[in-house]
Amino acid sequence: MPRTVTYKVGLVGHDKHKQDVPAVEQDLTVEIHEMDAEPWGREDTFRHVGHEVPRVDGAVKATGAAKYTYDINRPGLLVAGLVYSPHAHADIVSVDAGKAQGMAGVVAVKTFARGSAKYPGKIVAAICAESEQVLADALEAVEVTYKVKPGPAVTEDAMKDDAVVVDPRRKTNVGQPRRGPLVRGKPDDAFEGAEVVVQATYRTPIQTHSCLEPHGCVCEIHADGTATVWASTQATSFFANQQLTSALGLPRNKVRVITQHMGGGFGSKFSALEWDVLCAEFARETKRPVRMMLSRRLEHLVGGNRPDSIQALRLAGSKDGTIAALQGEVWGTSGNSSGGGAGAANFGVYTLPHLSMLQHGVATFSAKGRAFRAPRHPQGFYALESIIERYAYAAGVDALAVRLKNDKHPIRQVQWRIGAERIGWGKNRRKQPGSDKGPVKRGVGCASGRWGAAGRHTVGRNQLVFDVVVDKEGGVAFQNGVQDIGTGTRTVIAIIAAEELGLQPGDIDVRIGDTTYPPGPGSGGSTTAPSIGAAVRNGALRVKESLAGLLALQWGVDEAQLSWKDGVCHGPGDKQASFRSACSLIGEDGLRVQGRRMRNFQSAYGETAGCQFAQVAVDTETGVITVENVVAVHDCGRIIDTMTARSQVNGGVIQGISYALYEEKQTDRNLGDMVNPTFDTYRILGMQDCPPIDVVLTSVVSGYNNTGMMGLGEPATVPTAGAIANAVYNAIGVQVTDLPMTPARVLEALERRQG
Amino acid sequence: MSDDAPQDAAARGLTRRALFKGAGAAAAAGAVFRSLDAAAKDDAAAGPPVQGPGKTAVTLQVNGTERKVEAEPRETLLQVLRLPLDLTGAKPVCDRGQCGACTVWLDGEPVYACNVLAVEAEGRKVTTVEGLGAPDDLHAVQDAFVQKDALQCGFCTPGLVMSAAWAVEQHGEDLTEEQAREACAGNLCRCGTYPHVLEAALAAAKHAKKGD
Repeated sequence: MPRTVTYKVGLVGHDKHKQDVPAVEQDLTVEIHEMDAEPWGREDTFRHVGHEVPRVDGAVKATGAAKYTYDINRPGLLVAGLVYSPHAHADIVSVDAGKAQGMAGVVAVKTFARGSAKYPGKIVAAICAESEQVLADALEAVEVTYKVKPGPAVTEDAMKDDAVVVDPRRKTNVGQPRRGPLVRGKPDDAFEGAEVVVQATYRTPIQTHSCLEPHGCVCEIHADGTATVWASTQATSFFANQQLTSALGLPRNKVRVITQHMGGGFGSKFSALEWDVLCAEFARETKRPVRMMLSRRLEHLVGGNRPDSIQALRLAGSKDGTIAALQGEVWGTSGNSSGGGAGAANFGVYTLPHLSMLQHGVATFSAKGRAFRAPRHPQGFYALESIIERYAYAAGVDALAVRLKNDKHPIRQVQWRIGAERIGWGKNRRKQPGSDKGPVKRGVGCASGRWGAAGRHTVGRNQLVFDVVVDKEGGVAFQNGVQDIGTGTRTVIAIIAAEELGLQPGDIDVRIGDTTYPPGPGSGGSTTAPSIGAAVRNGALRVKESLAGLLALQWGVDEAQLSWKDGVCHGPGDKQASFRSACSLIGEDGLRVQGRRMRNFQSAYGETAGCQFAQVAVDTETGVITVENVVAVHDCGRIIDTMTARSQVNGGVIQGISYALYEEKQTDRNLGDMVNPTFDTYRILGMQDCPPIDVVLTSVVSGYNNTGMMGLGEPATVPTAGAIANAVYNAIGVQVTDLPMTPARVLEALERRQG
Repeated sequence: MSDDAPQDAAARGLTRRALFKGAGAAAAAGAVFRSLDAAAKDDAAAGPPVQGPGKTAVTLQVNGTERKVEAEPRETLLQVLRLPLDLTGAKPVCDRGQCGACTVWLDGEPVYACNVLAVEAEGRKVTTVEGLGAPDDLHAVQDAFVQKDALQCGFCTPGLVMSAAWAVEQHGEDLTEEQAREACAGNLCRCGTYPHVLEAALAAAKHAKKGD
């Protein structure tokens, strides 16, 4: 029987108290499942939730004690590696691994001397050896003969009429959306009668995930006919796919996947991939544990990437700053797949009465793209916020006023004002862009972000549940297969459990990252925390109910007369028991209950809101951009741990700056190979490039689930590139329309203005 | 993985490892002269010893303990620490001195363990992140990393801890933000921990004395 509950939702406040936050609140009436905990409201107060809690696995990570997949060392461990094609397009004529096979210490060799290789990084041979040294020699000894063929590896070449097509069943590499362009209102009419029309084409690069721990796994088949796979994955429950289990020769229920710690995924690591399957085959053939981790070069080539984009946009509006219409056509490559994954989320957030958008996936002879932190959003928001900036200047309206006027989200309305005050918009925004005297020019800019991740109640077909085990000494374990990919999942579980049970987060034994436990959600879409949080709460409630049952028997009273407050169970009269003393009533075998994740319910605000502001200094003689300050204002529903939440936002901003200024997968247009597959040539932001980041967390209770949590990992990287680009425009008076905004591109843009 | 730079060889023609094989033998020679000094006294007639390309005995002073391993002259300190010695705090990420995830101290100075041959480390003091402190006995910098949340996925963390701890030991309570940045400039982090790493280094320095 569902229950109806009415509670207060809205903006709880934010973690920096320099300004008064306007009250945004309302009553929300929701229907919740009878087994679901009553939602935490806007006015509830907490001992742990929302405070600064150090992560519970911090000490093992800071001392090197945390074991990642790459660190797994088993008795008799073999190591495996790969030989791959460096060509965009080639027929594999022959693979001669004879010399390698004959080397002492080489245990197994596989060659794939068939068909064509349609991307650099295509595997042509795999070797399994006793040591890294033997493996290195053996990989070098494999001789491959290719017949190199023409094949465009970059988007613009693949779009040409005479381009070789990746998929021979198609006439062109340029995909067409099945349903045609997305059209809303009457965009043509809107442009016809518009007071102000601006247009520009924006380009964004291919960005590689650059996870520090590469993709890979360690497979071991045990004598009892089961297998353990240690995997660098964002989803223990989805990793053992059909290809992997059949390579191991075992049914899935005999395969245990373990991910205790994981060195970065950002969307690129879910199910087992080609090399993992080869690892499993080697383990089966050799009857020994085998480790297969990608090299850095291969990681850059095939580990996944954010597709590039070419976004031709037109925007129409009136002179008072009201946006009327957006028209766009977008191209981008997700590699040699037929177009999936490309595209740009370059509408949304702002009210756009008239819209026309056509997006094409372009097939190229390069490895597939993969989901990358807020897929389609950083590229789309960079272009959307850039075209709005052009419009604001053309209309002669302040860029922030344009945003306030066309953005209807009640939370973001507050956030824009918080951010503007903290960046000093009134003082630091150049009324006339590029008006600073001298060679170094400064400016500020802003951009919006959005996301919506309230979590899910299911994992595949299963309901998401936590097993909770409590022993008579008061030890409490929360168990689920979910992995902590660095976001603080363990800590979130510990905080919520401790809050409900009146314990300290460090008291909770969080057992995760192992398919021995109930299936855990994949860490994608920023849904992990909001999915698990509500289940953990329900698990803690079931523990309290069970303990109340034991106490009721002990006290000889009716269970309904008992209630818990701050970890103490109160009965009739002055009867009371602490959590620990209640636990002493538990039998030798312990108490086991399940915390079930119930369906999401209604919400007051829908999507989560966010916006960022940046201040830059641009040296117009060298073209070098220095980001001097970033203000990032984000909500992620109710914040559970302010400290790890701030880390998430720092991370999103830093990846965003890196995307805006440094990162670009560079491809040789003739050979098709990536020319910068190392960390000195593919630059990611380092300590010396890192500006101060002023993170403002606006905690919002919006409904959806019993904790009010929403995801944060992805939204924090959505606005950054746009905010920086707009700050650069404000500083130098001309728009740099290509990311990354390298010194050369800045100088080119300045020349265009002068020329 | 750290062993497959040669995969790139197919495309490039020259490998770092091939270079190391040669360099390894040369560097090894120095170490061999030192380590075999005593033996040479007994057997003055012996010619100059040649080490490699096969495995050879290497004695390392790791975290205050003498560790003997069998390693080829071309094996890096990182490889030896991780596989035979199972000290997996130092991480293999770029395999060529670009990311700092394998940072350890050699005679008290931070080095990239992937750029040092195991035989070069013979007889020298190697300190890894495990030697700095343990989960129940944290070094002040490790503790500050936990308290300031200077870690996310944690894969770069051991390297950053070694760089930050070196800065704290060098400068003590005088450590400036610029010095802390400089010390960590050779460590890449993909999750974006830099702001908290700076806070952690400066917080740990407050209570530190030079040379601690």
